[in-house]
Amino acid sequence: MKKFETLTTTVVPLPIENIDTDQIIPARFLKATTREGFGDNLFRDWRYDSNNQPKADFVMNDATYQGKVLVAGKNFGCGSSREHAAWAIQDYGFDVVISSFFADIFKGNALNNGVLPIQVTDEFLETIFDTVFKNPNTEIIVDLENQTVTLSETGAQQSFEINPYKKSCLINGYDDIDFILNNKASIETFEQTK
Amino acid sequence: MSKTLVEKIWDAHVVKREEGFPDIIYIDTHLIHEVTSPQAFDGLRKRGLPVFRPNQTVATADHNVPTLNQHLPIKEELSRYQVDMLTKNCAEFGINLYGLGHPYQGIVHVIGPELGITLPGKTMVCGDSHTSTHGAFGAIAFGIGTSQVEQVFATQCLLQQKPKTMKIEVNGDLQKGVGAKDIILYIIAKISAAGGTGYFIEYAGSAIRSLSMEARMTICNMSIEMGARGGLIAPDQTTFDYVEGREFAPKGEEWDQALAYWKTLYSDDDAQFDAVLEFDAADIAPMITYGTNPGMGMGITENIPATQAQPESEQPSYQKALNYMGFADDAPILGKPVDYVFIGSCTNSRIEDLREVAAFVQGKQKAEQVEVWIVPGSKQVEKQAIEEGLDKIFEAAGFQLREPGCSACLGMNEDKIPAGKYCVSTSNRNFEGRQGPNARTMLVSPLTAAAAAVTGIITDVRELI
Repeated sequence: MKKFETLTTTVVPLPIENIDTDQIIPARFLKATTREGFGDNLFRDWRYDSNNQPKADFVMNDATYQGKVLVAGKNFGCGSSREHAAWAIQDYGFDVVISSFFADIFKGNALNNGVLPIQVTDEFLETIFDTVFKNPNTEIIVDLENQTVTLSETGAQQSFEINPYKKSCLINGYDDIDFILNNKASIETFEQTK
Repeated sequence: MSKTLVEKIWDAHVVKREEGFPDIIYIDTHLIHEVTSPQAFDGLRKRGLPVFRPNQTVATADHNVPTLNQHLPIKEELSRYQVDMLTKNCAEFGINLYGLGHPYQGIVHVIGPELGITLPGKTMVCGDSHTSTHGAFGAIAFGIGTSQVEQVFATQCLLQQKPKTMKIEVNGDLQKGVGAKDIILYIIAKISAAGGTGYFIEYAGSAIRSLSMEARMTICNMSIEMGARGGLIAPDQTTFDYVEGREFAPKGEEWDQALAYWKTLYSDDDAQFDAVLEFDAADIAPMITYGTNPGMGMGITENIPATQAQPESEQPSYQKALNYMGFADDAPILGKPVDYVFIGSCTNSRIEDLREVAAFVQGKQKAEQVEVWIVPGSKQVEKQAIEEGLDKIFEAAGFQLREPGCSACLGMNEDKIPAGKYCVSTSNRNFEGRQGPNARTMLVSPLTAAAAAVTGIITDVRELI
């Protein structure tokens, strides 16, 4: 897993609530057997019409909005456990998703792939949307070490929570398997006493 | 110290607990399927690791399989490749596979229980969010991502934060024509598609207690639709009677030992839950969803809630959902025309569901313009349906009994609902495009689905029974 570093970037705003993983990557694109290439079909049915033409009114087809952070409405990533959703987001080029609420499984999948889900308050989410819609060049600064997210234009800042273990995984670029494998003896002992 | 059922099972599976880290939890049983496993097998190869405990993983092919002519090679190239890849991976890593053509093949959450693989007190995971189904037996069962599938392959463990616990009690008697699917759609409508996030839910109360195992599975199956990782029900005589004698259930002395343990699996009287909700079964009508998440549900005789009645910040998303569905504020849903009826999925494809539908449609005909697909949950369900003559009833009614798989629940195979068409579905998700690009899904119980199949419009089944 690649190491997560402090990020300063413009953002892509998607103020829709309850975005489920079927929207992020529809099931018909889950037939691949590798982790790569899902970005092409990220938000497929919102991005393209039935003739595979880009829909002009979708934010990802609007050159005004670009960047490495996706900002979305509450309950992002609900529904199916497909990790393909996190792969698609990462493959497209997002390193961070900001929302006011995340579904559990998506959050875990994102963290396991080096994509940082940042939960902010409803009010701060509104502030981000307002600021970005007024000025699409607004940059956001994500500082994982200090657990803060800051709007460069206004200086508006909020701190966010992250499990300390997961934080160290992101910063150091290691994953859960490395951690559990270091406890193999405990697992074998557990099996014998069970 | 008094404990909830979740805590009892969780604590019995902690391999290591260390301050500042998630628990290392031992996983008794790992279920896999063709869609979320290939990248995990690849990961093992890259790390040069074997599957640590191959006997504790069971595989089947379900998400991507056709539901017609399963004896022929899969036509769609990518689907065939993915299913073949599962066969190859299982052979290479020594995993037992109930693939296409095997008498035990079926939807992963249907075969686990019917084979006696799902047992009280177990920890079970699968790369599928509806793994919560197995909680009906008093197991901790939850869906995981592919990186975690790889973790379980490599270590038979997961790193997990201990979840918060919620108790949902449903007491009293259900109305005629109202079943488990209506109970869970009602609860989700009450607490929203995010209301259970962060929790494991224990369902309790007299209305839950009186349900069969199939019905309990329907309830636990949809726990994820309110964001909960899992849902479970304390095992009781209904559970033990269901499990006893099944292929992989303990036998003889082992059965006696297991049973003695299972009888300790309940929440202590004074156990503390992080949240408690109570509902009255008599308040529940046949339910239907009108929007694009499972929380957008209502009693079937109600009108579609107005956009203005939603909190202001939620109105744009709400309006987007109604536009997608082609529905208007305040309109009744009764009488809306139906194009497709899908009876299947890990929520409602068990023998009891098929029996209920057959009993209702016996002597009736489907409405001419409606296409009706019945997709059994497993080869065993299909076999039993045929032995009981249900196939003849379906055939006479114009319903098509297909072969097992996830089918139109997620439209990964060719069973897709065409754009713009309305499908009354016994599955678990009404997301945009879930059953096919621009398909419109209304989630209901098997009985309400059968009623719509016969009348061709959204119908209150209570008036027909």
